[in-house]
Amino acid sequence: MADFECEKCKKIIDLDIFLKNFKVCPNCNYHYSLNSEERIKLIADEGSFNEIAANIKSIDFLNFTDSKPYKERIIESQKKSGISEAIITGYAKTGGFNIALGVMDFNFMGGSMGSVVGERIKLLADLSIEKKVPLILICSSGGARMQEGIVSLMQMAKTVSAINKVKENKILYISVITNPTTGGVSASFATIADIIIAEPQALFCFAGPRVVKQTIKKELPSDFGLSERNLRNGQIDLIVNRKDLKEKIINILKLFLN
Amino acid sequence: MNDELRNENESMQGLYDNLSKISLFKKIKFLSKLNFAKAKANIIFKIKNLKKDTRIAERAWRIVELSRNEKRPKTTDYIKNIFDDFIELSGDRLSSDDKAITTGLGKINGRTVAIIGHNKGKDIKERIEYNFGMPNPSGYRKSQRIMELADKFNFPVITFIDTPGANPAIEAEDSGQASAIAKSIELMFKLKVPTIVVLIGEGGSGGALALAIGNYIMMLENSTYSVISPEGCAAILWKDQSATKQAAAMLKLTAKDMLNLNVIDKIIHEPKGGAQNDPERMIKILKDNLIIVLSKFDGLNGEDLKIQRSNKFESLGFFEK
Ligand SMILES: [Zn+2]
Repeated sequence: MADFECEKCKKIIDLDIFLKNFKVCPNCNYHYSLNSEERIKLIADEGSFNEIAANIKSIDFLNFTDSKPYKERIIESQKKSGISEAIITGYAKTGGFNIALGVMDFNFMGGSMGSVVGERIKLLADLSIEKKVPLILICSSGGARMQEGIVSLMQMAKTVSAINKVKENKILYISVITNPTTGGVSASFATIADIIIAEPQALFCFAGPRVVKQTIKKELPSDFGLSERNLRNGQIDLIVNRKDLKEKIINILKLFLN
Repeated sequence: MNDELRNENESMQGLYDNLSKISLFKKIKFLSKLNFAKAKANIIFKIKNLKKDTRIAERAWRIVELSRNEKRPKTTDYIKNIFDDFIELSGDRLSSDDKAITTGLGKINGRTVAIIGHNKGKDIKERIEYNFGMPNPSGYRKSQRIMELADKFNFPVITFIDTPGANPAIEAEDSGQASAIAKSIELMFKLKVPTIVVLIGEGGSGGALALAIGNYIMMLENSTYSVISPEGCAAILWKDQSATKQAAAMLKLTAKDMLNLNVIDKIIHEPKGGAQNDPERMIKILKDNLIIVLSKFDGLNGEDLKIQRSNKFESLGFFEK
């Protein structure tokens, strides 16, 4: 009952151990995805997270309908994920340090970036400047939200502009890459961080494996876009196991803040 | 979920196919037992909508095709015919020179400017040489080098956008496509010189945006700007290539759409039927516009230019508050 088969290594895993292990397979170290609530629990000191910008909500300004109207997709995603949008932002503490924390949630329309993700990140960046506290963004996204057309692409520019100001104010910005972080998010705020941390085996690329494979019509290397390959290629600073993530962030903050 | 998508899609396609009067008549006849008047009104309404949707989709698709037309003037044509004393500058000073982007310095109206543009090429030989205008990280890094040079010597930056998107390839990913694009966007927000962007053909996704952070953004009448190609969008959201034209309409990718959404500042009208019909005139029209816009922004305070640019982009977005 409490056991299940790991998707990655196919070993039978004890659910209790798995959950205690922050949803990481104790056998193969595969990091399963966390929702935003679990992420906040992982990073922020207990009870320290205060959400901001929760009132910013998506609207279907293009009347976009594919197989379903965007309007319906928004409501469905809110029901399914229990959260209001693909990123939750707020003021928090970690290891006693004040931080501005944004956590993306893949359960909300694949963590896709539309106007709300852009605006919430902008407001969080503004907060980080106003309070002079480091900005930390936990990334998880399939890219831009197509249902918002060109305006979703513009959120790449909007978030970079807002975070550029954080950096120009000499405030530390750390991004944490979790599986998967691709497309518009990878080519905007995720990669302009002062320090880029990635979880093991997280997919982090601009063009996804499917698109690249289709274009070049060849098999891809098995580690295409994964953290370990990105580290070798100089695209990220360090890979950190989930159980050590909070401690590692605190270590970094200590170097910058004292 | 996928099956559900497919079924809905098939029924849509079915409706398209059954637009003939006979099937309409049959349907009406069949439904007449239930509620003739209501059913008739309903079907007529649906068909009217479908016809309207089809018309809109066809119109959007025509512009997509025009934006990709091989005979349209390309970045190299504009460079050759607009700027005096142009010198091409090459290389990212790291590892290579990406031909998908041309960079250099030239003069317009007596003023030295930096020019950066995607290069699609005009024939098959050129297109292969330029990789169909799909840059590698190296191209964006070369562009950044030229932007920094322009910033240092106070040259305005003019960019020409014409790309299906950044190159989707293993080597491109391995050498940091995502960070090259992000860095380019970031750098454009730092520049203290005017940045003037012209979309001349295809504005494909992040690969286009990387060079498109403008104080002023112009778009040729039949160019497009989109977060994803209509083909890609159809494949992902409709799971069906035959929905490509519908996707083109839904994405709102035309110059008119961009103006409505505050994404661009001006539409540049093209010669009748499209720029490909009279490249010379197209180039002249654009040159005149560039001179006017330059005179408006040239000499403005660098900090003010930065603020104008970031305010412009940070205000983009539609949401409920
Ligand atoms: Zn496992």
